[in-house]
Amino acid sequence: MTRFVVRRLISMVLVLFAISVLTFLIFQVIPNGDPAQRMAGRLSTPETVAAIRRTWGFDQPIWQQYLTTMKKIFSGEVISYTQQVNVLDQIKQDLPATLSLAIGAGIIWLVLGVLFGLLSAIRAGRFTDRALTVLALVGVSTPVFLLGAVALYFLAFRVQLFPNGGYVPLTSDPPQWLYHMILPWLVLSVLFIGIYSRVLRSNLLDTMNEDYVRTARAKGISERRVLLRHVLRNSLIPIVSLWSLDFAAVIGGGAILTESVFNLHGVGQYAAESIAQLDVPPVMVVVMFGAFFVVVLSAVTDVIFALLDPRIRLT
Amino acid sequence: MSDVASSSSLAMSGGRKPLLDVEDLRVAFRTEEGVVQAVDGVSFHLDAGEVLAIVGESGCGKSVTGMTLMGLTRSPNARFGGRATFDGRDLLAASDDELRRVRGAQIAMVFQDPMTALNPVLRVGPQLVEQIRAHGDLGRDEALERARALLERVGIPRPEERLRAYPHELSGGMRQRVMIAMALSCDPRVLIADEPTTALDVTIQAQILEEVRRLRAETNAGVILITHDLGVVADVADRVAVMYAGQIVEQGTLDELFYDPQHPYTWGLLGSIARVDRPRPPRLPAIAGTPPSLADPPHGCRFRPRCPHAFERCGELPPLEARAGHPDRCWLTPEQKRTKRRVGGQIGLAHGDEEVAA
Amino acid sequence: MATVDSTVRAGAPAARGADAGPAQPAGIGPYRLALRRLRRNKVALAFGALFLLIVVLCLCAPLYAAHVAHTGPNDNHVTETVKVGGVAKDVVSPTGQPIGPTWHGRFLLGADQNGRDIAVRLLYGGRNSLEVGGIATLVTMTLATIVGIVAGFFRGFVDGVLARMLDLIWAYPVVLLGIALGTSLALGGITIGPIALHGNSLLVPAFIIGVVYIPYVAKPIRGQVLGLREQEFVDAARVGGAGPLRIMWSEILPNVSSTLVVFVPLMIANAILLEAALSYLGAGVQPPNPSWGTMISDGIRLIPSAMHLTFVPGAMLVLAVLGINVFGDGVRDALDPRAKVRLEEHAEEASR
Ligand SMILES: Nc1ncnc2c1ncn2[C@@H]1O[C@H](COP(=O)(O)OP(=O)(O)OP(=O)(O)O)[C@@H](O)[C@H]1O
Ligand SMILES: [Mg+2]
Repeated sequence: MTRFVVRRLISMVLVLFAISVLTFLIFQVIPNGDPAQRMAGRLSTPETVAAIRRTWGFDQPIWQQYLTTMKKIFSGEVISYTQQVNVLDQIKQDLPATLSLAIGAGIIWLVLGVLFGLLSAIRAGRFTDRALTVLALVGVSTPVFLLGAVALYFLAFRVQLFPNGGYVPLTSDPPQWLYHMILPWLVLSVLFIGIYSRVLRSNLLDTMNEDYVRTARAKGISERRVLLRHVLRNSLIPIVSLWSLDFAAVIGGGAILTESVFNLHGVGQYAAESIAQLDVPPVMVVVMFGAFFVVVLSAVTDVIFALLDPRIRLT
Repeated sequence: MSDVASSSSLAMSGGRKPLLDVEDLRVAFRTEEGVVQAVDGVSFHLDAGEVLAIVGESGCGKSVTGMTLMGLTRSPNARFGGRATFDGRDLLAASDDELRRVRGAQIAMVFQDPMTALNPVLRVGPQLVEQIRAHGDLGRDEALERARALLERVGIPRPEERLRAYPHELSGGMRQRVMIAMALSCDPRVLIADEPTTALDVTIQAQILEEVRRLRAETNAGVILITHDLGVVADVADRVAVMYAGQIVEQGTLDELFYDPQHPYTWGLLGSIARVDRPRPPRLPAIAGTPPSLADPPHGCRFRPRCPHAFERCGELPPLEARAGHPDRCWLTPEQKRTKRRVGGQIGLAHGDEEVAA
Repeated sequence: MATVDSTVRAGAPAARGADAGPAQPAGIGPYRLALRRLRRNKVALAFGALFLLIVVLCLCAPLYAAHVAHTGPNDNHVTETVKVGGVAKDVVSPTGQPIGPTWHGRFLLGADQNGRDIAVRLLYGGRNSLEVGGIATLVTMTLATIVGIVAGFFRGFVDGVLARMLDLIWAYPVVLLGIALGTSLALGGITIGPIALHGNSLLVPAFIIGVVYIPYVAKPIRGQVLGLREQEFVDAARVGGAGPLRIMWSEILPNVSSTLVVFVPLMIANAILLEAALSYLGAGVQPPNPSWGTMISDGIRLIPSAMHLTFVPGAMLVLAVLGINVFGDGVRDALDPRAKVRLEEHAEEASR
């Protein structure tokens, strides 16, 4: 266990380091990407640009600039180029929306994905299964921003059942928060429900053919118990780990499209806007923040996996 | 035991109802390759306290026969025919619910592959307890104590520890014992043991067979022992049914089968163990050729394509009837059989060239 | 799909027996069987045909543009009129409202706010989307196969380095990586040695998408190779004096080929979806070039007044992706009824 933690910590630091370098470099090699020029505006004199360059340290060697940026990130005083506000404050402000989205949608897609997958497997080959299969495939084939836009148009604009996007903090008005989140939750969930129900369905069908399920039946325990305790339980193990990885990706800015379509002002949307303006510091922070979640949660996933399946050893 | 055993398998033993009576059992599976007739008109009976061995090459339908008796082959793609009467009721016609009460309690099965037969993510204890509690009004602790006693009974050292172990922490032999303990847990009246000793080393094999023998002696259960291994058969069986391509080709007492075998396939099986130098081949020896596809079995006698003694009549399927004391499926006359089965002074299946001498 | 399911269960014991043996050296056997299964799966075939139809239509874009619509994909007709049923109508009304579907040769599916023919743009856009999807899939499959086989075959240090690189791409938030690369390259283009890519070249998003998906394919391949390299036929080849390159090419590659085949449709679908997502965020195909993604994102703000701008390319995109997805599902079932490869798991992550 100690070995596992140490190994994971080392590889996490390495991955995060590499990601920060990569991100920094991507924005350094852009030919039109001189931030001083953009900050000074189009009608600036070369002197102003040079001054900006000096105060922000753009005239220093790349590695020096990288170190400065990283130091600022870890001391919590990194400032964005365009808005010139503290990036960490901005992320802190945007995080509740992203968390609301991720947690709510995560629960919905897990529950519905499992439910549909179970239904599909139990009725395998019959109408219910086929209908669910088609729905799932339509779900995974529809871009989330298209689905979101269509849903907004019909359910918020035409019928006015839901608000037209935006985020209301849970702390200020819980019912409004819920009201604003329902549509984004559902829209973000569709893709995952499609994936999870398909994965679970085929896991279930495979597991039903396992020898130990036959053994369970031979014991004369109820069919319900066979299904829940032997088939479903074993089939859910991979789903659980899948879920925690996807959840991590969504928190780490992966729900960029959903956040943009519904204008939730989450972390992902912040990243998208920063990238569009070639604003390196926020992008660095969001990317590292996202990668951090992915790396940590994938380690956690391995632990969960080992807990659920005793055959697996943590190394 | 011999009075039971010597009675012809077609007649009921002394008018008493047998424990389990299987009549014309048929099992077909719909598959991609067509309909597979895995079991094709199998009849046998089993009395209390008796060990019936079913032997035959891989894929001849032994496991399917056993599992069908417990309703474990039921699926939308399976079709069944015939009757299997146990306790006055037909197991094939029984509802899932009725069958569930019989399974594990009255009829129990030890499966072929102990490595995959236990749920890998549950501890051994709960897997045993679950069956015990399904059929008896026991509390969790009582059931656990019973499970411990069972493990002890099948010769597992430190049973308390094993109850808390996961299957992958146990060796193959240990897992097989756990499976046997599980099968014995509700004192079944019929035990179906599907190759309980294959994949185990010889000493463990012997111990497991000893368990089977003890069970029969202690509880008077009937045992159906499915195996490849004629050595095992000679050790514990009272009666033997030889299966080939979904059918029983010969059935009789142990002595009848070993000393007066009627079917060329049986000769082939025996030919391999007759040699004293290799007492117990792990698998059935190669009889030249391969078993036929059950999706498209040969016309007439199923063994004909591999039989060196085949003649015109074999184009017609021989019925299973007693021609020389016990039933078999071969058109040869008892006299012909007596001469043809001798190969080099022992019983065996002649190869093409040896046959001339016969 | 019903037939496949029933064979899954019916064929299970037989399949189990086959699993126990060593993986078969490549032969036509499994593929012929798969083809037979696929041929029976009418639903999958129908959807595959749908995808093919869309591909062919998009390839015919120049023909349609020249002979039916008489306009190119980027030609503006804002100030022109078009005759519909004898009545001349503005292509774009003075208030900026583009014309809807005319159901005639010109502006069959209407115009956008720049007076461009939607039908023409749809076909050209489809060409771009499919091209990006196709090239991206090619990039992913080639690199992932090489990385997966090399890492699994040599293990040790090589594996360690490659695995870290895969982890890096894996942990990098996929969409963010896509937009970061896309935005930066779109602005400046990139010069790698002799190859100079213009910022609005299709190869830019195609290459980005291709790289982003490498771990999803390389990781399962690597796992499979780890098992394969221990098998007898590999030892046999080694004893026979075959070098590592030769073994990888003629022993290992054929044995992972069915996994690769299964990934191809899935990757095409995901690449098309990711292209749309990147284009929506302005980091994919660059204007004025059309792609389904850019067309949708151009149209979204105008849904209330001109929903055909969004729905036409949207429907086309969904149909194409659905077609290839259903077909791919059928291919997977056909190749591997017990579904040894689990691939949906992460591959679709990016399309959020
Ligand atoms: N569920 C099923 N669907 C289709 N075919 C089946 C099914 N179960 C068994 N079979 C087929 O029925 C035949 C008999 O199988 P069975 O398992 O009874 O053989 P066996 O005599 O037990 O062989 P072994 O000694 O290898 O265990 C085989 O050809 C097998 O492929
Ligand atoms: Mg068997």
